[in-house]
Amino acid sequence: MNYDVVVIGGGPGGLAAALRAHELGLKVLLLDENEFLGGILPQCIHPGFGTVIFKKDYTGPEFASIFIHKIIEHKIPYKLNAHVLEIRNYSDMEKIVVYTSPEGVREVWTRTVIYAAGARERHQFEIGITGDRVSGVLTAGEAQTYMDLYGMLPGKNVLIVGSGDVGLIMARRFALEGATVKMVVEMMPYPGGLARNIMQCLNDFDIPLYLSHKVLEVRGRGRVERAKIVKIDENFKEIPGSEFWVDCDTVLISAGLVPKVKPLRNIGVRIDPRTGGPVVNEYFETSVPGVFAVGNSLVINDLVDHVVEQGELAAEGAAKFVKEGISSRRWIKISAGEGVRFVVPHYISGERDVFLNLRVQKPMDNVYVHLPEIGRKIKKLAVKPSEMLRIRLRQAQIKDVDEITVEVRK
Amino acid sequence: MVKVAVIGAGVTGMSIVRELTRYQNIEVHVIEKQSDVGWGVSKANTALIHGGYDDDPERFPVRAKLCIRGNRLWHRWVKELQIPHIWNGALIVAKKDEDFKELEILLERGRKNGVPEMRIIEREELFAMEPHVVKDALGALWVPVVGQIGPIPAVIAIAENAVANGAKLHLDSEVLDIEHTEKDWIIKTPQESIRADYVINAAGLYADKIARMAGFENFSITPRKGEYWLFDDDVAPKPAHVLFPTPTKISKGVVVTTEISGHLMIGPNAQNLPAEEKENLANTREGLDEVWHKAQEIWPAMPPRSKVIRTFAGLRPEPPEGDFIIRHEDAGFINAAGIRSPGLTSAPAIAEEVANIIAGLGVELKIKNDWNPMRQEISHFFMMTPQMVNDMVAKSPAYGKIVCRCNKVSEGDVLEAIERMKFIGVKTPCVDSVKFRTKATTGTCQGSFCRPRIVKLLAEAYNLQPWQITLKGPGSEMGVGDIKVLLRGDAQ
Amino acid sequence: MKKQYICIGCPLGCVLEVEIEGKEVLSVSGNQCPVGEKWIREEIKAPKRTLLTVLPVKNGKFDTVSVKSSKPVPKDRIPELLQILARVEVEAPVHVGDVILHNPLGLNVDIVATREA
Repeated sequence: MNYDVVVIGGGPGGLAAALRAHELGLKVLLLDENEFLGGILPQCIHPGFGTVIFKKDYTGPEFASIFIHKIIEHKIPYKLNAHVLEIRNYSDMEKIVVYTSPEGVREVWTRTVIYAAGARERHQFEIGITGDRVSGVLTAGEAQTYMDLYGMLPGKNVLIVGSGDVGLIMARRFALEGATVKMVVEMMPYPGGLARNIMQCLNDFDIPLYLSHKVLEVRGRGRVERAKIVKIDENFKEIPGSEFWVDCDTVLISAGLVPKVKPLRNIGVRIDPRTGGPVVNEYFETSVPGVFAVGNSLVINDLVDHVVEQGELAAEGAAKFVKEGISSRRWIKISAGEGVRFVVPHYISGERDVFLNLRVQKPMDNVYVHLPEIGRKIKKLAVKPSEMLRIRLRQAQIKDVDEITVEVRK
Repeated sequence: MVKVAVIGAGVTGMSIVRELTRYQNIEVHVIEKQSDVGWGVSKANTALIHGGYDDDPERFPVRAKLCIRGNRLWHRWVKELQIPHIWNGALIVAKKDEDFKELEILLERGRKNGVPEMRIIEREELFAMEPHVVKDALGALWVPVVGQIGPIPAVIAIAENAVANGAKLHLDSEVLDIEHTEKDWIIKTPQESIRADYVINAAGLYADKIARMAGFENFSITPRKGEYWLFDDDVAPKPAHVLFPTPTKISKGVVVTTEISGHLMIGPNAQNLPAEEKENLANTREGLDEVWHKAQEIWPAMPPRSKVIRTFAGLRPEPPEGDFIIRHEDAGFINAAGIRSPGLTSAPAIAEEVANIIAGLGVELKIKNDWNPMRQEISHFFMMTPQMVNDMVAKSPAYGKIVCRCNKVSEGDVLEAIERMKFIGVKTPCVDSVKFRTKATTGTCQGSFCRPRIVKLLAEAYNLQPWQITLKGPGSEMGVGDIKVLLRGDAQ
Repeated sequence: MKKQYICIGCPLGCVLEVEIEGKEVLSVSGNQCPVGEKWIREEIKAPKRTLLTVLPVKNGKFDTVSVKSSKPVPKDRIPELLQILARVEVEAPVHVGDVILHNPLGLNVDIVATREA
């Protein structure tokens, strides 16, 4: 079978990409690994989805269902339980996607690929937790699957590692179902998640947040029994004598996400070590022509609304690729400068308006986003690494430069 | 019928059992406290089929004799039983001139023990074989007979073959007491009393305790901990051979190797624990750091720590004198105890040895005509061509549906694994049982995607609720109950 | 008395400077939209939260259905609501928006499905 675009991943990025590509008249195939569309949204039963694009506060499943209904309504072909085994870069114009599903292994030819396979969670070994390898240590996403899809409660005395939004939201989930959340432990001196989640997920339930602390060790026979925690200083060095033990039966790891890019790496897609995702241009096209990446495979996002935008933009890129090809007189390189952890996209044409997505290195108040090469300066009252900054660059503002550095400083 | 009870379903016990199922006049029972086979000492080790150059025949005559014999037997066993393995050889790396003296000793000892094809190689040949070994390496002892194996897959394969040939496995059956009557032995477990004419003690770390129950108080087993790091399969470079440093008086040293699934693995260190710490399998930062630094001494190209997918620890059962204790004590009680390294290598040879001891006690061993040496491995999606997958899908769509995305394990693979668990008598459904049979949950993400799916498949197959499924046996349940159990207040 | 609150109205999380006397809000600043002021006045007087949980489903496509309260519920009534929900089992099929429980607390708040099952 031949397609204009094969979308890999049926989460918000992939759903939005498939819909937009269909609207633009492309022949689309959507592939998803799960038994249902929506990616992780169906298990994110909390609200906070859609505030930007719909100006409404949906829960994850509701937000997903809006898109899923449209996919069904427009009869866009999709396959469930379809795991992509390989993307083959046949030529600049054609790709082959090999996937397996309950129908068997299939190969499809396509002009473009929009890769929206999401991210994986960092696990206990990656973050250096030692001790016993026992039941009760699980990632936040795994706990969500048990609780909010399967209806099983994984534990009753819970210690949460990481104060990102997922960790905070899971603290509330456990507390609402009658479990005791002992504490949330965060390595950084500031919380990783949105302020409103500290308020409504921790403060509402009197759950203590231990900043500048980390979990060293988990012990137990069969099941987790206790965890050892230590205070760390501003250089992340452990403070001797500050260790203490907490009794718990569950250690929930919410220590960040890593873009899943192995199939992209295998075809030589350039990866940005700072985002963990591919290097892309303003259509989120990677260094391999015709292969686009969106959502958490591109960069770890904090709002689903932005993921949807990425999906739609990539679909527009795919349409352009199919119709006339993507090119630029020259690609302007976007570089992360002082105070900036990363910027996406990495290259822009200067021929249209774009959003730059960036994260700062540390929380700061009353700072400016400087774009020295084009002489722009945007004031920000408060910035923090947990909140992605979006800077709109209008085409008229993008001057004839080779590079634009993005700095965040006083 | 002569009834034999083997205590311990590790690689030693199960190898003995497989050997004994060859005889028509022997009925074999295996008694194991864990929920599945191979979960004690056999589970966490360096997974090597050693060469047999390491065991001093003067000090450790049993080890010296059985290691190379076991190595030779494994060549047949891995094929009959379809056990994952690779025969890639080992290099013992010399970094100083005086290291060659030590290598000469190993070479000579190997020759005495009957290890063929060993030789000392020079720098140039070493770097041709291992371009990324430490730059100041001067040469190595090349031991081509060394191999690598999946230790738990090996025990599982042996167990399936033994059960197919008539052995009876009693899992979740901790031995509580052993009684000797006038004419036989009675072994008591929480569920039953098992009568036996002969008892074989292959209880690993607890072989001393089992021997004491039977009235033999002549040895004690102490645990020695070894810790390991395992890296993702996409790290580079990885060695093509098993790399050892030149051994010191104290230790064989930290091994750097690419284990059979393609993961870079380093370890172990050696930490002697008090006799009572036989369940202390905890990883320690000190131990892991030690392993890391020692590995760097022969393999400086270590991956970044973000590529670590697992750390683990194993315990070796150290006998008091260092040599295996394989002997008939009295009245039909036979010890196969203190099976430390090279125990995995020696297991098939230990099995022969124990059969000889039984024969020596006056039991005529009559060969079973229909004994089947062959056992078939379950299907693995990751080893199939697309055509093979499609043929399987024609029988069941589950073979096309991926459960473990990192390692490409299909639902069909998992269902076969569960069938095999039931076949050998696994009563407590454990995620680890599926893991060791399929490799699910052992990839880059360490199971956060597929573990819930496996829990569900186990719950369906065993007709239980998801929260009753365990990670690794009773006491490691995956949940406390349904989502409302605490709110209703009826949690246990 | 001056107090700082973080608005939970949306993910922006404005820091609200609030002057309070008893349960009376005298002034609010720091909010970027009217939601903030409305919310903080209510938060001080009678705090409310939207309840989100899952309920078991019989014979459905999925084992559970996710649900929410159709409106925010007074915080002090949430334990009571949780107790009611702890004993509910839903019969499939369920569609997004279906009312699962009608007005369980007598506050004109329904329990509504947010996922199908």
